[in-house]
Amino acid sequence: MERLIVVGNGMAGVACVEQILKHAPKFEITIFGDETHVNYNRILLSSVLAGEKEMDDITLNGLEWYQSNGILLRLGVRITAVDPVAKTVTGEDGSVTPYDKLLLATGSTAFIPPIPGVDKDGVFAFRNLDDTRNILERAREGAKVVVIGGGLLGLEAARGLQVQGCDVTVVHLMDTLMERQLDSAGGEYLKKQIEHLGVRVELSKSTTALLGNGHVEGVAFKDGASLPAEMVVVAAGIRPNVDLGRKAGLAINRGIVVNDYMETSDSSVFAVGECVEHNGIVYGLVAPLFEQGKVLAATITGNRGPVYLGSKQAAKLKIMGVDVFSAGDPNAADGAEIVKYEDPTLGIYKKLLVRDNKLAGVILVGDVNDSHRYMEWLRADTDISAMRRSLLFPEPTSDDGQDVAQIPDGETVCGCMGVTKGAIVQAIQSRGLNTLAQLKECTKASTGCGSCTTLCQHLLKAVAPNFEEEGKKVLCHCVPFSQESLREIVRSQRLKSVQDILSIYGNGVGCEICKPALSYMVDVVWCGDHEEDRSARFINDRVHANIQKDGTFSVVPRIRGGITSPAELRKIADVADKYNVPMVKITGSQRIDLLGVKKSDLPKIWADLGMPSGQAYTKGVRMVKTCVGTEFCRFGTQDAIGAGVELERRLENLFTPHKVKMGAVGCPRNCAEATVKDIGLVGQEGSWQVVVGGAAGKSVRKADLLITVETTEQALEAAGLFFQYYREHGNYLERTYDFVERIGIEKIRKETVYALDPAKKGLLDRLRKSKAISYDAWQEGVRPVNPTQFVQIEAIERPLERFSHEQFQGALV
Amino acid sequence: MSWIRITNTENIPLREGRSVLVNGRDIAIFNLGDRFLAVENRCPHGGGPLAEGLVSGNTVVCPLHAWKVCLESGAVKKPQSDACLMTYPVETVGDIVCVDVPASARAA
Ligand code: SRM
Ligand SMILES: Cc1cc2nc3c(=O)[nH]c(=O)nc-3n(C[C@H](O)[C@H](O)[C@H](O)COP(=O)(O)OP(=O)(O)OC[C@H]3O[C@@H](n4cnc5c(N)ncnc54)[C@H](O)[C@@H]3O)c2cc1C
Ligand code: SF4
Ligand code: FES
Repeated sequence: MERLIVVGNGMAGVACVEQILKHAPKFEITIFGDETHVNYNRILLSSVLAGEKEMDDITLNGLEWYQSNGILLRLGVRITAVDPVAKTVTGEDGSVTPYDKLLLATGSTAFIPPIPGVDKDGVFAFRNLDDTRNILERAREGAKVVVIGGGLLGLEAARGLQVQGCDVTVVHLMDTLMERQLDSAGGEYLKKQIEHLGVRVELSKSTTALLGNGHVEGVAFKDGASLPAEMVVVAAGIRPNVDLGRKAGLAINRGIVVNDYMETSDSSVFAVGECVEHNGIVYGLVAPLFEQGKVLAATITGNRGPVYLGSKQAAKLKIMGVDVFSAGDPNAADGAEIVKYEDPTLGIYKKLLVRDNKLAGVILVGDVNDSHRYMEWLRADTDISAMRRSLLFPEPTSDDGQDVAQIPDGETVCGCMGVTKGAIVQAIQSRGLNTLAQLKECTKASTGCGSCTTLCQHLLKAVAPNFEEEGKKVLCHCVPFSQESLREIVRSQRLKSVQDILSIYGNGVGCEICKPALSYMVDVVWCGDHEEDRSARFINDRVHANIQKDGTFSVVPRIRGGITSPAELRKIADVADKYNVPMVKITGSQRIDLLGVKKSDLPKIWADLGMPSGQAYTKGVRMVKTCVGTEFCRFGTQDAIGAGVELERRLENLFTPHKVKMGAVGCPRNCAEATVKDIGLVGQEGSWQVVVGGAAGKSVRKADLLITVETTEQALEAAGLFFQYYREHGNYLERTYDFVERIGIEKIRKETVYALDPAKKGLLDRLRKSKAISYDAWQEGVRPVNPTQFVQIEAIERPLERFSHEQFQGALV
Repeated sequence: MSWIRITNTENIPLREGRSVLVNGRDIAIFNLGDRFLAVENRCPHGGGPLAEGLVSGNTVVCPLHAWKVCLESGAVKKPQSDACLMTYPVETVGDIVCVDVPASARAA
């Protein structure tokens, strides 16, 4: 077998090897990589920096892949020399390895401009995992960071660091951000959006020095200004790694020169990726590199035939909430027609360049929904005369599947991984794929930058027999994301208030559906350490009482486990008399309801009662019903009252996706209906059954067994684990009876009671943290969040003052 | 014009409403941040107290069954309905919220 040596264990090199393997096991392959990590998705380093992904999440080919394909992987070894005559490569470790064919896939290196001080401690490039790790290590809350370079990479780095809590300024040499992809108007829209996220941007700034003594302390500019900085990230461009190519005696310009068959000037040496120059162009995005890899794989395996004729490039900014897409030649000056649309309020800017009735370039800021359509026009050189009336706004199709049906089979859906519609449809059909996750695993589509995710989902929907939409249902049209993604957004983007989520990811306004849901979300994600905005809460949660049909409220004090006392009952009776409460009722949940109370009386009643709120008005912990258990009952096997009261005490005052009603019973006769409660403890001889997801309201559902445990403490812990898991994963307004069915009790068990200790500890720690911050809502009677929460503006009973508007102004001043 | 001083602006928190009785008229006044708006405090559906509703842009959502009322026009936005509430001009002078309440017969 011939020996193939690959130098560079990066995206293009390994993708090419994958293609080579498809042809035939023709080679004995050795891959040298100077990074110490297996092949990973470099594109997603931005997501790692922004905390959206963990480092482990971005691996593309794990060790098993190398092993099962018989590839010898030499990590951490840098190749320093090539001898094209002896046909050997020399490693930094002194090793000399012979080859029959050599593939250079050395990529590029971050360009560090020769500015005095760039060697200081605290100055980083942003190119590989190590850089990312080092940057993250330094990124502490409030750290002043300057990012040099306002291109794609610089902006993604800046946003990532800002999400990590740093105080970030981007300085850019040019007067427009991303000037290679945008025009100045587009750049201005982008700048506004970036600044809106809280990243400062300074344009036309030429950096002259990095200041500081050993460690960087600031950045100085040509205009005399300077900025303090304890960390500087340089994202000023990249330079192809052509050194080895030069040593191998290859023809080199900016990159290693290759022809349409991806051949270099030496018949035994090949090159692919960012280190390559084809037809005068060095590509810096993965889609073209993968196209090159396919052609090279054919050539190198003796199937010379397919040619690479260059690629149409498209760039997309990967910052959540900032949509930017640019493709083709967006700044063509040569008499191309311009078709444009802008809406400053919505921050939308679209510009198309049209030459000879064909799309020449496109810029989209703020709305990239149609990027795929434009990309295809560019790629296929489509004559768009017939579409001229709907260039910027495609005519809406009534049929959802039509968009997908119109795409020809050969069309590329995933640009990053080069997967066509035909390939996706074929995979869906032949392998019976039903979910996006399966599609990703099987075809790699949508594993790159993620911009084709929606399209892939549409394809699945159209083709897959049992398509399961994953978390696709959006919360509401104000913030068009699934609750699951919103939780992720809130966490990773460190959003702590409803209004911030709405202004950055939504329409800025919100409604009665999303506002309470988002209020819950910021509470649970930050374990109560969020910015409470009462205007985003339903009235019940502002005044801590349930509004009635006549605008009065009800008062249900907490009576833990249904256990009360003569003194407490007397107090309730006195209050009912004093405030002329129209009705006192024993509720269906073992407590007492005072109905028909005026809002302004609420704080007084709470004070007089001196009992905590039973939270009968909110999506939170209601109560634990108990039976008398071993205390009195002749059949009782467990102390239901003790366990129930303790369960209520541990969870009370906490909020949940929907109300949580609980029960504890001393034996399976189930007198307090624990098996139809969200969480139930069912006593057995010598053990407790902990059951979850029960209901006897709109739906009637018998609870599922979560676990059987011996001690009350274990039962309480199991209940706590489920409770917190539901809080974190339940969608707002999803009762446990739906939640348990959606997730499945097996999975819930695995992720709660049978989870590994660290996971369990995490759940319990977060529960504890929330609990520590929580408090009895009725304390707000004395200290309301808004001082006038319960105050009725005094009625005005007097002859109306009459005057003209002008008089009125004068009279009042 | 019959302008009435109602209350201090800070008594109506941002994006919330408060109600006031003016010569028997129940009025709901809302703070939208850049301005205050006022409508009758009686939901056209079942008389719900709109002042307790959730504000969504320039509309309020009734706390009882979620009818949506436009605070500028008084028109019902959701569900489809021809019902329309009376609106009242609001001005702030200094930090006092004032409402123009007509003394017409409709009041009673
Ligand atoms: C007061 C009470 C009835 C009574 O007089 O006994 C009551 C009253 C209301 N229930 Fe209930 N429920 C009451 C026990 C129950 C029970 C029995 C129980 O808890 O054991 C159930 C069935 C068990 C369950 O929920 O699983 C029950 C199932 C419901 C449901 C259906 C929930 C479901 O998804 O199936 C609703 C509607 C909802 O929550 O969306 C509801 C909603 C309501 C609301 C809050 C309707 C509303 O939003 O205004 C009622 C408030 C009336 C008012 O003006 O104050 N109520 N409700 C009970 C208060 C219990 C307490 O002490 O907190
Ligand atoms: C943060 C970030 C975000 C990006 N986002 C996008 C995006 O959204 N879309 C997009 O299309 N592209 C994006 N890119 C660009 C994309 O990652 C690159 O185009 C792609 O990784 C290039 O692949 P490559 O294999 O040519 O080079 P690389 O992936 O850089 O691989 C080259 C490998 O070779 C190693 N190597 C070099 N010389 C030697 C030697 N002498 N001996 C041993 N090993 C050596 C290098 O260390 C490296 O591991 C992004 C890049 C970064 C850094
Ligand atoms: S069953 Fe519950 S929700 Fe229905 S009327 Fe009775 S108290 Fe109200
Ligand atoms: S009373 Fe307002 S919606 Fe029913």
